[in-house]
Amino acid sequence: MRGLPSLLMLPLMLAACDGPLSALSPRGPVAAEIAWLWWAMLAGAAVLTVLVLALLAMGFGAPRPARARVWIHGMGLWFSVAVLTAVLAAGLWVGERILPRDDGAVTVHAHAWQWGWTFTHTGPDGAEVRSDNLLHIPAGQPVDVLVTAEDVIHSFWVPQLAGKLDAIPGRTNRTRIVADSPGTYAGLCAEFCGLGHARMRFNVEAHAEWPPLLAADDADTADPDREVRP
Amino acid sequence: MTDATQGAASGGPDESPARPGVQEAEELAIPRNPPRPALALHRELHRVWANDRGLWGQLTAVNHTTLGLRFMGTALVFFAIGGLLSMLIRAQLATHDGAFLDTELYNQIFTMHGSIMMFLFAIPMLEGLGIWLLPKMLGTRDMAFPRLTALGYWCYLFGGLIMLTALLFGVAPRDGWFMYTPLSDATHSPGINADVWLLGVTFVEISAMAAAVEITVTILRQRAPGMKLTEMPLFAWYMLGTSVMMLVGFPPLIAASVLLEVERAFDWPFFDVVRGGDPLLWQHLFWLFGHPEVYIIFLPAAGVLSTLIPALCRTPILGYNAIVAAVLALVFLSFGLWVHHMFTVGIPHMALAFFSAASVLVAVPTAVQVFAWIGTMWKGQPELKLPMYHILGFFLTFVMGGLTGVMLAIVPFNWQAHDTAFVTAHLHYVLIGGFVFPMMAAATWWMPLIFGKRRIKGLGEAAFWVILIGFHGTFFIMHLTGLMGMPRRIDVYPDNPEWVWLNLTSSIFGFVLTIGFAMFALDMILQATLGKRSARDPWGAPTLDWAMPVPSTSYNFASLPGPGMWARVAADVVLPLARGEGVLPGAPRGRREVLVTSVGGARPQHVALLPGNTALPLWLAASIGVFVLLMLAGAYALAGIALIPVAVLVWVWGRGLAPAGDLSPVEAAPGLRLPIHHHARPSLSQSGLFALLVADGALLASLVFGLAFLSVVTVGPVPAPAGGGGADTVTLLAVVVAAVALGVGAAGRAARRRSVAWAGVGLALNLLALALLAVVLGGLDDPTRHARDALRAVLAAYVVVHVLVAAAMSAFALDQFRRAEITAEVAGVLPAWRHWQGFTAVASALVAVAVIAQAGA
Repeated sequence: MRGLPSLLMLPLMLAACDGPLSALSPRGPVAAEIAWLWWAMLAGAAVLTVLVLALLAMGFGAPRPARARVWIHGMGLWFSVAVLTAVLAAGLWVGERILPRDDGAVTVHAHAWQWGWTFTHTGPDGAEVRSDNLLHIPAGQPVDVLVTAEDVIHSFWVPQLAGKLDAIPGRTNRTRIVADSPGTYAGLCAEFCGLGHARMRFNVEAHAEWPPLLAADDADTADPDREVRP
Repeated sequence: MTDATQGAASGGPDESPARPGVQEAEELAIPRNPPRPALALHRELHRVWANDRGLWGQLTAVNHTTLGLRFMGTALVFFAIGGLLSMLIRAQLATHDGAFLDTELYNQIFTMHGSIMMFLFAIPMLEGLGIWLLPKMLGTRDMAFPRLTALGYWCYLFGGLIMLTALLFGVAPRDGWFMYTPLSDATHSPGINADVWLLGVTFVEISAMAAAVEITVTILRQRAPGMKLTEMPLFAWYMLGTSVMMLVGFPPLIAASVLLEVERAFDWPFFDVVRGGDPLLWQHLFWLFGHPEVYIIFLPAAGVLSTLIPALCRTPILGYNAIVAAVLALVFLSFGLWVHHMFTVGIPHMALAFFSAASVLVAVPTAVQVFAWIGTMWKGQPELKLPMYHILGFFLTFVMGGLTGVMLAIVPFNWQAHDTAFVTAHLHYVLIGGFVFPMMAAATWWMPLIFGKRRIKGLGEAAFWVILIGFHGTFFIMHLTGLMGMPRRIDVYPDNPEWVWLNLTSSIFGFVLTIGFAMFALDMILQATLGKRSARDPWGAPTLDWAMPVPSTSYNFASLPGPGMWARVAADVVLPLARGEGVLPGAPRGRREVLVTSVGGARPQHVALLPGNTALPLWLAASIGVFVLLMLAGAYALAGIALIPVAVLVWVWGRGLAPAGDLSPVEAAPGLRLPIHHHARPSLSQSGLFALLVADGALLASLVFGLAFLSVVTVGPVPAPAGGGGADTVTLLAVVVAAVALGVGAAGRAARRRSVAWAGVGLALNLLALALLAVVLGGLDDPTRHARDALRAVLAAYVVVHVLVAAAMSAFALDQFRRAEITAEVAGVLPAWRHWQGFTAVASALVAVAVIAQAGA
């Protein structure tokens, strides 16, 4: 965003952007759409910053006529409205494409508490399988996550798969995540929730087979005393 | 008048060739007073306007120059403290497993960093700038309500000290500066930490409300004669927008804080989902304040830029009218986009699209201003003096912050970036770019007027470069940190080695930034102490704030600038003003006099007598402080008793408004005889009351919004059928509303006929209403049962407080009749009572409808 310097830094940044929690190394279409939106906006912002700073630098020359019609209406009003409309349209378009919709997607449940997560999915035998801090999902297909909270507000976020959604006591929120291929993805609580906030991490395991046949010690790792109310 | 000499901010729309000052002079001619020796005038005025001597004189000061500077000085101290806290945060985050602070302390520190910078630095700083500068720029001698200025300062100081003391004892707020429930409720945040925030910040916000009221009134009613609203300096337009936003924007925060404190103290479940409350109600009320807050901070800074840029470019501003329109648009739009702080709470996409569009739209008036400023620089010849360095720092930083702001307004991107370091970076770009850089420009610009000294060359420029490098080194890379997944408010990240180099870089440059600020502070101190004497108006600035000696005097102007005197280069009018050729010269009657003018055309209306030095504001603030401390201690019964001295001091305050001494008209200029304010309407106090009622209405609207939100949006347990819907309660409420409404008639008759009997009737009606309200309150459901019951009880309490004040005002009127202060010419408290009674009648009718509708629902 600092114009030219940031453009020069681009290759360095691209190389440095990888990481298990990086929104810039997407591993599914939802996160990829948003990452694409980011790079487009970054490019636009860099151009605009250079433009404004260049105009500013040119202001230090000899006085020259400046007409309000050009600066106020032309630049301030119409130019900014045009740019903003384009950005807004792109945002709405991406937003519509990544929303959860009624298409029979697999639904899992994420319940947040101070400080950890209890996830629930439907096992091969139709029974509910619960696991603490490990979410099982199918790979290559959309998964809707129902997000709830036990005590205070938390936020469910798997940056490589999708944006975040808050877990709010008394509410059930639905978000859509998609993982392109099987593997493990890192997730965390993004809303400040007290002393254990920094360590409120979890993993998402995307399986090629769904529902997965879990080894006995993988399944139902949840604390049996914890009541989970979808 | 050439381009260069015509005032930057004083100039009208540059499209029109006419010179507004001259035009105005033709419309409104005020003959000049004969010149007198300037020194004699100075002595006469100084005797009347100066603070008392010594330390006691500091405690009793009500002068806007003293208090404005004190606001800003105190804010700088808090800025330093907040900055040190941020250094602790950066030290903790420099490595992935920092063992420097434990989590509890870390949470307190980042909460206090945000709270201090928002509530104890930025807001008081802009209030201080407005209080110090506006009377000078508008051509008057003080703010409209000097005692209120002092009350605001003491409330700010005491509230701030309470919060700092809590930090020293390790019981500071720790739930984030946004205090989201349920994390901040009694269950999840036991102890007094959260109470310190709720009570301390609300205490401090008394100063914000006080400043908003008097800034509004001062701008509208105390401009130099002939300075039309449409031609006043742009800074005044910006501050008018700011103060109106404060009047409407702070009540939701105050309402939310009161509700949460009542929930914590008395278990009224406004935000408890189990009993029909909703944590999102807190978020809505908080951000209803919190987003306008951003523009409340930005607008005064933009006002500084609109003043400094044309002055430093020797040309009038480009597009005066467009900038005024942009300010008004920002004021309006900023109340329509608070939801963009809540894009991840699970709101339907259609609603998100609306708020996304509104958030994007708000960039348009900002762009209009940025291009108007750049156009002005094209038009003129910018001089690269020290304030211009900081203005360039503003452009570089704020443009980038604005663009990341547009990105964050785009919903899908927000879902990724929200609550990450990306937002931390964005908000520092906007707040340091949009507020701190302009404030540094302002400081370097106005230092000669404050201390009468020139600066020491070199250090200021060095400080600027260190700050600029330190800032961008810290925060530019933080955008990437956030996109790589680092959330806000974590103290360790043992599993993420990829964030270490980013954080270490930020931490190192963070210390560079701190060194830069220290250099800036040193530069200020050296200028104040070692600088050589400055000439008058060292910048050749056009605005009236420079049409006075440096450093400025306690009374600003020996005589007030008349038509044609304010639209010139400041240096040209210094001498005529100092010799008393302007309006209302000197202080021949030995009292503090200012000119009150009409809202639109600034025609002289009357002369207001302002109160002199008094310790009353200090005592009142201290007694409110006692109440706050008792609430903190959980001694609620004692806290109730502590309200008695508060009420007594407010009564004494009102007594101070009573007419005394010589009430004969004043000859302000040859042939211009003006009544004094006791004989004139509308008075400053009346304008102040209207401003206060706007804020009061916003408070009521916030509470009604809460009730509607809980009834319509919240999906919680349905409340048990509400009591209070019975015929008895409906009748009682109807009688209450009728009694209060009849009270309006009684107050009106008392005011028109100066009738003591009608004042008595008014008091009786208010007392009747109070008695009936006690019965209604007794009949309401247990407020701990359900959130809606609790909110109904709060609404009823709102009415009780208003009727109580109305009763006190009618009693005050009776007392004034008894003292024979109310005469055919002097209305005393009667007009104010009538307006308050009218507001109370409307409010109680609204509340009655809401309570009955809820009971029926």
